[in-house]
Amino acid sequence: MPSDHLIPAEKFCTQHNIELSFISLLHENGLIEVTTVAQTTFISEDCLPDLEKIMRLHYELDINLEGIEAITHLLQRIENMQDELRVVRTRLQLYESRNI
Amino acid sequence: MEFVDYYKILGLDKNASQEDIKKAYRKLARKHHPDLNPNDKEAHKKFQQINEANEVLSDPENRKKYDQYGKDWKHGEEYEKARKQQQQYSGTRSEGGQTFSGGFGEDDFSEFFSSMFGGSGNGTRARETKFRGQDYQAELHLDLRDVYTTHKQTLTIDGKNIRITIPAGVEDGQKIRLKGYGAPGINGGPNGDMYITFQINEDPVFKRSGNDLYATEEIDLYSAVLGGDVTIETLGGKVKLKVTPETQNGTKIRLKGKGFPVYKNEDQYGDLYLTYQVKLPINLSEKEKELFRELAKLSS
Repeated sequence: MPSDHLIPAEKFCTQHNIELSFISLLHENGLIEVTTVAQTTFISEDCLPDLEKIMRLHYELDINLEGIEAITHLLQRIENMQDELRVVRTRLQLYESRNI
Repeated sequence: MEFVDYYKILGLDKNASQEDIKKAYRKLARKHHPDLNPNDKEAHKKFQQINEANEVLSDPENRKKYDQYGKDWKHGEEYEKARKQQQQYSGTRSEGGQTFSGGFGEDDFSEFFSSMFGGSGNGTRARETKFRGQDYQAELHLDLRDVYTTHKQTLTIDGKNIRITIPAGVEDGQKIRLKGYGAPGINGGPNGDMYITFQINEDPVFKRSGNDLYATEEIDLYSAVLGGDVTIETLGGKVKLKVTPETQNGTKIRLKGKGFPVYKNEDQYGDLYLTYQVKLPINLSEKEKELFRELAKLSS
């Protein structure tokens, strides 16, 4: 469920000991959404799990942004396919129960 | 408690250099990192093992101790020595290699590791860096009828009661995030999150597919042949229906807007599909049988 809570990007970067330019780079590459209010950059609270995941991939596994982009895309595809599989399984159960 | 072969876990032999260890660890960490293998318990376990192996082998002091006593940890004398050494090491542990968090908590080390090195993993990064706590995953089982309306439910997580709102129309397998209800952060890092996956139990009457519902409705022979009114139960209450004359067994009708509420859009509903099942009369009286015979003659 979307929330309107915004966290100043600078505060986030200080807490996580990362450069503010990293956030800008992610935004430029379309990996996260940021909101700018009165020249201050904010990150939506809803973006945090994705952002923290990207940070781990980048800083812990040394994966560059292109790699992260590819991984994010593939993980999204996996998730969509899992959702689709779930829906198809439900439908199958529906048809199977009708034919019993 | 079993001996853990850290070299085997990293696919190395005992003569591996620090550079070999670093390379092997990095390669395996990329393969099994939990962020790249969501909901994969095997990968999660493997990642814990390689993290632990790296914790020991990348630290020259830990590695020396492991090489010397590791395999014979069960043999009292050496084991005792190792324990004494362990006490000396604690607090002055030298720089180890980088340990990845992967969203893990502190107690993700084996019993073997704890008995040999004491406590949880304590790599350089872990001491210097604040780590977010591990995310928890939980399942909440609800009946289909529970999620027909928005309702609140109180859950107990780690002894704390939290009240969550479950919106109408939640789907089977859908997840919500409860921020900060995961494992506590490490070194003052933020708590992880709790992810709750809804498991919607099947209903004996209504089958759900997206926002549409499916059910079978029995009607008597006479209503099917001659038409009539029937009152049916929907999740939203009773509905009166007109059965058209000469309705065939298996006829399907659609009741627009009588299905399931659309998630986050409660004024919109899916449709309800009813399949008529014509119930044939049993225990006929002589009079009824006679009339059926007459009908049979008329139609032949």
